[in-house]
Amino acid sequence: MRPADYRTPAIGSDSLAHQARLLEVWATAPGLKGFFSSVDHKQIGIRYIVTAFLFLALGGIEALVMRLQLAGPNLSLLTPEQYNQLFSTHGMTMIFLYASPILSGFSNYLWPLLLGSRDMAFPRLNALSYWIYAAAGIFLYAGFLTGNGPNDGWFNYVPYASRDYNPGLNEDFYSLGMVFLGISTTVGAANFIVTALRTRAPGMSINRLPIMVWGTLTASAANLVVVPAVSLAFLLLWMDRQFGTHFFDPGGGGQPLLWQHLFWIFGHPWVYAIVLPAMGMVSDGLPVFCRRPLVGYAAVALSTVATMILGFGVWVHHMFATGLPGLALSFFSAASIAITLPSAVAVFAWLATIWLGRPVITTALLFFASTILLFVIGGVSGFMTASVPVDWQLTDTYFVVAHLHYVLIGINVFPVVGAAYFWIPKMTGRMLDERLGRWNFWTMFVGFNLAFLPMHVTGLLGMPRRVYTYAQGMGWDTLNLITSIGSFVFAVGVLLFFVNVWKSLRSVANAGPNPWDAPTLEWAVSSPPPPYNFAVIPTVVSRHPLWENRLDEEGAVSSIERGMLLDKGKETVGTTALDAVPDMVLEMPEDSFAPVLLALGAAALFVGLLLKAWLVAGGGTGLVALAILIWLWPRRELREREAGS
Amino acid sequence: MSLAPLGYLDAAGRRAHSILPLTWFTLSVATAVCIVIAALLWIAVRRAPKNGGALETRSVPVERGSNGINWITVGLLISCVPLLVTLVWTMAALAAVSGPPSHPGLTLDVTAHQWWWEVRYDATNPSETFATANEIHIPVGVPVLVRLHGGDVIHSFWVPKLSGKTDAIPGQTNLSWMQADQPGRYRGQCSEYCGFQHANMAFEVVAESQADFASWRAAEVQPAPDPITPAQARGQALVQYRCGLCHQVRGTGAGAISAPDLTHLMSRRTLAAGRLLNNPGSLIGWIQDPQGIKPGTQMPNQYLSAQQLSDVQAYLVLLR
Repeated sequence: MRPADYRTPAIGSDSLAHQARLLEVWATAPGLKGFFSSVDHKQIGIRYIVTAFLFLALGGIEALVMRLQLAGPNLSLLTPEQYNQLFSTHGMTMIFLYASPILSGFSNYLWPLLLGSRDMAFPRLNALSYWIYAAAGIFLYAGFLTGNGPNDGWFNYVPYASRDYNPGLNEDFYSLGMVFLGISTTVGAANFIVTALRTRAPGMSINRLPIMVWGTLTASAANLVVVPAVSLAFLLLWMDRQFGTHFFDPGGGGQPLLWQHLFWIFGHPWVYAIVLPAMGMVSDGLPVFCRRPLVGYAAVALSTVATMILGFGVWVHHMFATGLPGLALSFFSAASIAITLPSAVAVFAWLATIWLGRPVITTALLFFASTILLFVIGGVSGFMTASVPVDWQLTDTYFVVAHLHYVLIGINVFPVVGAAYFWIPKMTGRMLDERLGRWNFWTMFVGFNLAFLPMHVTGLLGMPRRVYTYAQGMGWDTLNLITSIGSFVFAVGVLLFFVNVWKSLRSVANAGPNPWDAPTLEWAVSSPPPPYNFAVIPTVVSRHPLWENRLDEEGAVSSIERGMLLDKGKETVGTTALDAVPDMVLEMPEDSFAPVLLALGAAALFVGLLLKAWLVAGGGTGLVALAILIWLWPRRELREREAGS
Repeated sequence: MSLAPLGYLDAAGRRAHSILPLTWFTLSVATAVCIVIAALLWIAVRRAPKNGGALETRSVPVERGSNGINWITVGLLISCVPLLVTLVWTMAALAAVSGPPSHPGLTLDVTAHQWWWEVRYDATNPSETFATANEIHIPVGVPVLVRLHGGDVIHSFWVPKLSGKTDAIPGQTNLSWMQADQPGRYRGQCSEYCGFQHANMAFEVVAESQADFASWRAAEVQPAPDPITPAQARGQALVQYRCGLCHQVRGTGAGAISAPDLTHLMSRRTLAAGRLLNNPGSLIGWIQDPQGIKPGTQMPNQYLSAQQLSDVQAYLVLLR
């Protein structure tokens, strides 16, 4: 027990001198130095968001090219190999490089603000997580841009991915890139879990967490469990390809189905990991525009966790046609039907919130409310595929393509754009234009449904997935043309969103700290927030600290203006996991080049492995070791040495 | 053939038939849920007192409002009903259609290759065993057991009007079955992504009366007829020399089995796994430029002279 940890922090009120002291400690250096060394969660969060939107645009362009090829029968804009690389890269981009990172970006930016803390629990790990994501994204796209993109779908089934059938570098880029990216997801998830459990404002007990925190916390816990499965699968595949092991090779006693199990035991929980935080955005954002608290907070929070737990038991519904025994199929079919229930809790809670509140129609509300409908459409088509005999017909047709786009666009893109309208004023101090916002919403909504609603019928008429072309006379011509037109309308909608953000960035910063009169802690600080977030650490007594004067919650009042000063260094408070009782002062690390150095070293290592340039791989490993050494070098100011020793 | 040859909402066989009511039930439940939720949502949002931006949002006072937990409880209770019905029905349908028939009228071995289907008819007498490709003949009214083998990568066997999908996976034998109610041609399609020409990996199931099936089978067992004209003889020599490295023509020197059996090539309706209708013209086009017609296919371009082509054609059209 080190006495320094048991210092009782001074309590006081905010003052200009106090703010100046904090600014000196917390501000990131300007220029490139700050850019590469910053560990500020807000800067990292914005970088995540910008990078993820960039990948959304890339994946979208890939989709549009595919829709041109499929607009009519027997078109030959693309060769089969080009089409195959496009659809695989599109899936990889949207699922791994957009859908998950965009949520990490919002969570990174918002969490400490929502939780009343000054940064994430492990700021340098946070920076590392971003740099590895960026490096892995570039690595994967380097494959695509050199004609070596993945060409076996994002699900990458063996034996087609094995060297016998796929001799190029394509699958090596993909395998190594996925192992690389897995590092980012894993350290990010660990950081989120510790942040949620240990750095909340005093008094923010676990039953006062915003739902988005529940969502990301649950998703992060799942990621820690399932990402190792997929990283392992890709590593084994790479070894099969490059060193002649036989994990998946039936000729050598291996099992092609092993790949599918390892992949989907990751893949299905991952689907929930990329929608639960977005559902949290709706649960937190929607009530602000309905002018009342969320209906059924506890039910929604618990159903978030329940969805994830059930989500671990449904992966075989991707494998109903693989010849597994009927008993196994029955179990996974039942679990897949049952998972409808916890998902439905959120739907009914949102509907009730709108019905029992007094909704104000804003662009953000339109996006959040439309999420409900799109979620239901994606949910009920998922329920159909949960029934094994029905799925034997539906699976691998465009019905499933329609289903998964309703899920991923409906419960990721729509809430994320809504969240952007809601939270960008916090990030930049500038509002987005509501008029343009209406155009943005309706173009996206109409375009999306025009593209994907008819696609259910295309699937029922039997069009298989992943085909680079189709023959005339199959009954799919008109439907595909409609889908192609819809996809371009949708793309215009997304473009309008980017235009709106761009316009907003050029406008005056007049949003003020709380433009929407919203209830949670992030709205208690200026927009954009200062580098230290909170001048004094707030103490919280309810779920809605800024609405207490109107809701009279529990008769108590949260303390925002007065609290722990913690200005003796780069400090924030650590609290207990359930009740958020303060129990230690956390010394936060300074900005550091170690994370970016480590990511560079790791990138060199993976490039070396890809090209079998062992010298490069060795150099990369050396750089990683050096970065870790710098990172872990004990420093007194972080209390890694006894005070006074 | 119907307007949607791969559509599965109109079935033509016992196995596909028995799951159609369940499909329609889940589809109706799904549609009804969407309509109800859309209506609830529409009315709820239409009730909004204000429409605007931040200013309008701030102007509406915050209230605690009623608890609303009943929405969730009632909603869940209602949801449970169709879910339970579906669950029970699913298990019943699964039991009815999953197991292969205990006394199949016919057993076939289908091996899926990049990008064609090898179909083997076994018989107790080895001389009556034969293989064909991309066209599966079955007698109507009896269950047909299909043993599925993966020849290279994973494929999936699917005849929407007769039977749902079952994967053909290297290293294991999966079982599927089908039973056609009436004679007809039913289109099948590979439904697991398998590389360049996954799109053009179709086949046909020809269901015919017992008598027709028996005579087809008797014809298939026969070796290829001998050439008659000099052109046919030259064609046969070329086929043995050029095509025989991969293909088989039973009764000749062409004896390889890594590509479709050509012994009765012209009895089949399509070429190149459903890519082309089979006639002497398209056959010649295919032989000369398979890479143009089906890019990436395993069959190389042949670069035959006009004379050679016409000889090959003269011989191949004999293979009925």
